[in-house]
Amino acid sequence: MTGSRTILDPTSERTIAERERLARPASLDGLTVGLLDISKPRGDVFLDRLEQRLIDVGASVKRYKKPTFTKPAPVDLRHEIAVECQVVIEALAD
Amino acid sequence: MSTPAAPPLPDGIVVVVKEECATCHSVGSVLRQLADATTTTVYTQDDPRFPESPTPIHDADLSVSWHHDIETVPTVIRVVDGIEVQRTVGWRRDEWERVTGVGGLGPDLPAMRPGCGSMSVDPDLVDELNVRFGASVLASRRIDVADAEDDIEMMFTRGWSDGLPVVPPTEQRVMRMLTGTGRAPSDVVSTVPPDLVDVTVEKVAVAAVMAGCLPEYLPWVLTAVEAACTNEFNMHGLLATTMPVGPVIVCSGPGTRAIGMNSGGNALGQGNRANATIGRALQLVVRNVGGGRPGEVDRATHGSPGKIGFCFAENDADSPYGTLAVEHGIEPGVDALTLFAGEGTRCVVDQLSREPDSLARSLAASLQAMHHPKLILGFDAILVMGPEHARVFAEAGWTREQILAGIAEHLNRPGSELVRGAGGMAEGLPEAFGDAPSLPKFRPGGLMLAYAGNGTGLFSEIIGGWANGDVGSKPVTRAVTY
Repeated sequence: MTGSRTILDPTSERTIAERERLARPASLDGLTVGLLDISKPRGDVFLDRLEQRLIDVGASVKRYKKPTFTKPAPVDLRHEIAVECQVVIEALAD
Repeated sequence: MSTPAAPPLPDGIVVVVKEECATCHSVGSVLRQLADATTTTVYTQDDPRFPESPTPIHDADLSVSWHHDIETVPTVIRVVDGIEVQRTVGWRRDEWERVTGVGGLGPDLPAMRPGCGSMSVDPDLVDELNVRFGASVLASRRIDVADAEDDIEMMFTRGWSDGLPVVPPTEQRVMRMLTGTGRAPSDVVSTVPPDLVDVTVEKVAVAAVMAGCLPEYLPWVLTAVEAACTNEFNMHGLLATTMPVGPVIVCSGPGTRAIGMNSGGNALGQGNRANATIGRALQLVVRNVGGGRPGEVDRATHGSPGKIGFCFAENDADSPYGTLAVEHGIEPGVDALTLFAGEGTRCVVDQLSREPDSLARSLAASLQAMHHPKLILGFDAILVMGPEHARVFAEAGWTREQILAGIAEHLNRPGSELVRGAGGMAEGLPEAFGDAPSLPKFRPGGLMLAYAGNGTGLFSEIIGGWANGDVGSKPVTRAVTY
């Protein structure tokens, strides 16, 4: 029953819930795109350029920033982005 | 799983013996006396043919012995209406006569003779018996290993190893591990990143078994898991970073000696079970429960050997400047650990300084170079001094505060030396710092002292940190919970 041939599962044994991604929009025209700066150096350089290009294709842009790159985005920030934007781009940079 | 019912004892006199016990042999004539005088049942633990008379019942699976708490053989029990009313152990004539109600027992025997250990409490068997007969308190899923399968290879295959073999966490081993703490297996210890899963004492014990811990290490592992899974320590960020850092556990207090930790020669190296396995157990919790694995959330560019596990004890009994835990507010003499987000070690060689200021300058020069000589304030460090360097300061009467201040005095640089481009190096501080007359390497409290190593070698070790403070990780010190 419990000889050395039975071991205990060392994992969390959790069931992973998978969420389906939203379909990609055919066009960004008229959509609000969130740009999330994770607070890494020079992320703003990358996002400034992206913002310019997105505006050129008719998107409106909102900028967000994580307090620190080392921690996940706070839940309030994630919620704010979710209700204000249809698309989000997260910038990694160094 | 339910507890198998305890086998009832027959009414009358019950005696439990084993053939291997000399005292059991010597009471052979007494057993026959008892059988002649009253209803007597003899259980034998090992040899079913012992004793020859009266005919024994073989307690082959030790079920009777385990359920009735037989710790010594021979044990004599009087049973009335299925209930034990009296018992004695070993051979003592007066006790046997009192319990059995039969007089004149063993006239040729000495008045007393101690018994032997019962097989049901044999250290080699007791864990298996506890699992077999006890109510299982363990909630983890059981995984059967096929006969043809190697259990250690199976654990590699499933991705549960850090690259070294792990000890299979059988129920017996986990139950034994749990004897190291007073906490219930179902207690939630922490929420482990990156998957943010609640980890129970049981799952930590499973990891501790796999890492090779002894039960007495478990309170240290539990405390380390608690410290790691705090917002201050930020284990998630530590995993995700590209820097070569992991949790470094600095232990102190009398408990480090009680569990045999090494704070002397090679304290930061291999060869000591407690040092090697406590840190590894924490990392196995992060890997297997939290889901933090290299190439997934762990994005380290190089990593470091310390990420297998990095744990050592301070030699607080001899330290001239106390412990890191005390520096962080723990009472002296209390078992405690500090979790630090650190890389591997960097040796500082200074075999000539005999004056504290000279040594402080040497240490400062090496500390300035940590991560990059021009990068300041963003990283903490632990400086581990051994007896030979520490003595230079101790003999001059320098306290911990004076040592730290004395080193810090030589860790200031003008902004013009640190800005980007200075010294022909692009790396450095933004231009705005160029006018600052003096900038320190470390934030207040960012340089910490620990004391370990043997008495031969004018060396110190630097353990460089990761992004510090609110941006990254703060050292977390906790008293050990037993």
